[in-house]
Amino acid sequence: MKLIKSFFSVLFSALLLFSTTTVNSIAIEKLHFVIGGGAGGGWDGTARGTGEALTKAGFLKSASFENMSGGGGGKALAYMINTKPENTILVQSTPLVLRSITRHKGYVSGNGTLSYKDVVPIAGVIGDYGAIAVAKDSPYKNFQDVVDAYKANPSSIKMAGGSVRGSMDHLIGALAFQAAGANPNDVAYIPYDAGGKALAGLLSGETQIISTGLGELMGARDQVRIIGITAPERVADAPDAPTLKEQGYDVQFVNWRGFFGPPGMSNKDKKAIAKMLGDVQKTPEWEEVRARNAWVNIYNPDKKFVKFLKTQTKEMTALMKKLGVI
Amino acid sequence: MIEGILIGLTTALTFQNIFMVMIGCFFGTIIGMLPGLGPMTAIALMIPITYGFDPATGLILMAGVYYGAVFGGSTSSILLNAPGVPGTVATSFDGYPMAQQGKAGKALAIAAWSSFAGGTLSAIYLLFMAPSLSKVSLSFRSPDYFALMILGLTAIAAFSSKGQFLKAMMMVVLGLMLASVGQDSLSDITRFTFNNMNLTDGISFVLVVMATFAMSEALTIILKRNDPTAAAKQVSLTELGSIKINKEERGKMYKTIPRSSVIGFLIGVLPGAGATIASFLAYGMERNLVKDEEKEKFGKGSVNGLSAPETANNAACSGSFVPMLTLGIPGSGTTAVMLGALLGFGIQPGPRLYMTNPEIFWSVIMSMYIGMVILLILNLPLIPYIARILAVPKNYLIPLILFFSITGIYVMSFNNFDIYLMIGIAVVATFLRLYDFPMPPLILAFVLGGLMEENLRRSLLLSNGSWEFLWDRTLTVCILVTTILIVLWHIYKTLTKKKS
Repeated sequence: MKLIKSFFSVLFSALLLFSTTTVNSIAIEKLHFVIGGGAGGGWDGTARGTGEALTKAGFLKSASFENMSGGGGGKALAYMINTKPENTILVQSTPLVLRSITRHKGYVSGNGTLSYKDVVPIAGVIGDYGAIAVAKDSPYKNFQDVVDAYKANPSSIKMAGGSVRGSMDHLIGALAFQAAGANPNDVAYIPYDAGGKALAGLLSGETQIISTGLGELMGARDQVRIIGITAPERVADAPDAPTLKEQGYDVQFVNWRGFFGPPGMSNKDKKAIAKMLGDVQKTPEWEEVRARNAWVNIYNPDKKFVKFLKTQTKEMTALMKKLGVI
Repeated sequence: MIEGILIGLTTALTFQNIFMVMIGCFFGTIIGMLPGLGPMTAIALMIPITYGFDPATGLILMAGVYYGAVFGGSTSSILLNAPGVPGTVATSFDGYPMAQQGKAGKALAIAAWSSFAGGTLSAIYLLFMAPSLSKVSLSFRSPDYFALMILGLTAIAAFSSKGQFLKAMMMVVLGLMLASVGQDSLSDITRFTFNNMNLTDGISFVLVVMATFAMSEALTIILKRNDPTAAAKQVSLTELGSIKINKEERGKMYKTIPRSSVIGFLIGVLPGAGATIASFLAYGMERNLVKDEEKEKFGKGSVNGLSAPETANNAACSGSFVPMLTLGIPGSGTTAVMLGALLGFGIQPGPRLYMTNPEIFWSVIMSMYIGMVILLILNLPLIPYIARILAVPKNYLIPLILFFSITGIYVMSFNNFDIYLMIGIAVVATFLRLYDFPMPPLILAFVLGGLMEENLRRSLLLSNGSWEFLWDRTLTVCILVTTILIVLWHIYKTLTKKKS
């Protein structure tokens, strides 16, 4: 009975919370999470997981969630900017930066492309590092082997990824090849429409390497050999995966996920929410959610977050120009 | 293996796990019946609850919801022409006409028995072949998928008989055009979005199905309410609830079920296909294999035409557990969510799963047998009552269908635009229906077209722009030759028929 009850309560809160918009008074009494994608996606998991940890740990009295799909998250972003809802935060991730660069598919509003500057960056909370992997039976043992094979015969290396050209998956691989002194635009990138399909492509032998998020590879760890991750140092969840940095390639990239407030959010509210998001990461309630989702904590609040977004925009713009996608 | 089966059996037969199978099947059936709300959303929302259980129990519950939804989805396909899940779209091709002929109970019973047989047979395939099946999962490359989609398109022949050829082809083109809306899946160019942000993600399959099937069907009924021929079609409802399948029909099912379960299962094992493709392919193949007089009945309430996709989608559903459990590769959104949950439990999928967690692997397969029996027990006795839905006066039934279509689409995306888009497509589809344009070719082209284009362009990328991929691999050649043979066979049959 408990199961049925909780199932229905989850289901109905998903359906009904759509109507809860007007909230006032104390900053962290109530918080409404706007999610630019459907249930079961990455943004959805981040928002619901964070909300769960915050309420269980007692930082937040009540959290509500609202899924608002459309335009790859653009709909939700436009909603935040146009209606400036109170006590409401938006979950976003690296595509916010990438889409502000590629104008033709950016989050467009009337007279320009929307970027992180149009909302109030509160804090980055978790991240997923990029990873390059080969099939377990591949002759390539490390990234150097791949680079050598590529330099000997560029068409011998085909790189699979779980999304379109110019997407995060493509950029991760391009960054690595760029650091190895190759022209990233010459590396054949083979796009698939999901990380799982790209993995199947790698294991079926039609591509030689895969470039995607580390999280995407965790399920297939027995079938692939991770030959380089874009983290500054090895991560606890995959201790046998070497970093690109330790192999002499200066590549660092993190697909962050974080929260943004509506334009005009007061400094006091922003600071309070940012602090709460940082404090919660020290609690066992958060640890439970984190471990279950294999997230990597990268708490990055306020001004630091803005600076990071600025740098990432600059780096990615340069790379995407090289790749000819903008 | 015997040892594994025993471990699985002892795990699956605990009181708690049987209870979970029941809960999963029950909710799955309901979720499946409701248009729009799919197993993926349901499982995603359930995950927080499952963390209270041990991994095997959690997975058994999630699997139950998944195959329960595919099982239950056929009900709304047959009764209302409103497929509850994408995998049961093909079920409505023959199931809905059959229900319209007053044989709703029979159609539901055929669907239930076919689902049961498809699910059970594929669980047997899983049991005996799972370790080697992971190789099958990886045997298909992009050119092979491309060839498979071409093969799938031959199923359109089923709707292009009796001078309908040109109309069917026009609907195919319309379907292909709708499929190309949105960000293209290889480069990052948006196509036909008219700078409307709501279209950048493309048009969802469920939306197109709901608009062209359920909604436009309802609108057509409203428009034709004064039509005397429609009134004449109001058959006696006495037979509505009867679930008796006669000997002849049973004979047809005995032939259809084994072959459709094999096709469905194998397509389900492929990470790049899935239950929807499996049901379409099984439907098309079945039409190629039956006798001529039965062929004529396809699309008008054929027993084979209903049984084939219903068997295949359930078989594919079990098949999709192969790449997820033995390779850690999710083939669909639903299996991706389940894989995420599995990792959250600290379970590492892969070839070693048999060794490291035998209780999980085998108990899930064992729970499938139990689940299939439960679904059958749950569904069969209810059929006479559910079928009576059709006895509800049209002026109550039609608003209900429209209500469920609209709310179903809304809870999928929470985006108002999707509602307007659906109504727009439904209105256009209604006009097309009034001029006798068949809808299934549009749906078929919509599903297969996107995948066909994606795999074709990927194949070209992989072969550096050369068309050699068409004959480079034996598998590709085999599938393409089969396709050509089917087409030639149809042409030959048509020509000889004309002479006589």
